[in-house]
Amino acid sequence: MLDFITRIFGRDSGASKNVAKERLRLVLVHDRSSVSPQILQDLKADLIKVISNYMEIDQDALEVNFENSENQVALIANIPIKNVKRPANVV
Amino acid sequence: MGEVIVVTSGKGGVGKTTTTANLGTGLAQLGNKVALVDADIGLRNLDVVLGLENRIVYDITDVTGGHCRLRQALIKDKRYEGLFLLPAAQTKDKTSVNPGQMKELCEDLRQEFDYVIIDCPAGIEQGFKNAIAGADRAVVVTTPEVSAVRDADRIVGLLEAAELREPKLIVNRVRYKMVKAGDMMSIEDIIDILAIDLLGVVPEDEMVVITTNRGEAVICNDHSRSGQAYRNIVRRITGEQVPLLSLEEGGLMNRIRRMIGFK
Repeated sequence: MLDFITRIFGRDSGASKNVAKERLRLVLVHDRSSVSPQILQDLKADLIKVISNYMEIDQDALEVNFENSENQVALIANIPIKNVKRPANVV
Repeated sequence: MGEVIVVTSGKGGVGKTTTTANLGTGLAQLGNKVALVDADIGLRNLDVVLGLENRIVYDITDVTGGHCRLRQALIKDKRYEGLFLLPAAQTKDKTSVNPGQMKELCEDLRQEFDYVIIDCPAGIEQGFKNAIAGADRAVVVTTPEVSAVRDADRIVGLLEAAELREPKLIVNRVRYKMVKAGDMMSIEDIIDILAIDLLGVVPEDEMVVITTNRGEAVICNDHSRSGQAYRNIVRRITGEQVPLLSLEEGGLMNRIRRMIGFK
């Protein structure tokens, strides 16, 4: 019933095009950054390799993603640390 | 020396073939000599859209393979003197032609025609690469949907990578009522996102279905709004400055104005 009323008064309208535009904008930022899933995987593997030299990280929980804020793309990495190695252990 | 224009989109079903047929017919109406090339090998369709399906003897692969002369494969249109179709092969696949052969074909065609318009298949693989190989400029067709605009963006990138600079955009199947209600992306929204020049806007129009059923181009219908939109696009292609169809074109007042010949 509420659905029906909102439809009559058109409260819903105006929203769907903006949703489309925003989704499109986001998907294009990702598309245009032209980073394939394969490259992202390789990047992850390299990150793990480098960081593991210094600390023990939770490899399964590691997240690497592209995020866009305003008009720029950022590489966001979330790397949970399990344990920091003692200085003597640093290679 | 003629000009070679490829009509492309990435996504299927947005109106590439219909657009190709209408641009070709419109250019021929203006007295140009036009060759339409169906590059969608394996999924031949431009012939039925133009109503020429019963006249096909040879196809594009016969020409590139040297089985017949170019002139033998070209089918003359029913209505317009200067309009010809080079049909796609139906029983072969996209790999039966390569970009080098397409380039050569376009060179041959531009010797004889003012405009060569290539109907590109959907997708970004071999068929696409073939279709754009010999083109001077590109027209990208999209509809106001997320999927179609996304694919158009990808195509623009690939065209630029292939040195086909400054592709022009046609936004097809626009429903002005929905745009007005905020439930469909507007032309401004799409241009804003794709950042390329607009060649024209074609409204959603039942006449396209009706004329296509008969194997005719809607541009031949003087009273249809989509036909008018295509006529404007054709004039822009020839270099004329033509203002965009008004958003209000479909409104009651305009219909009345048009009825009394006051436009």
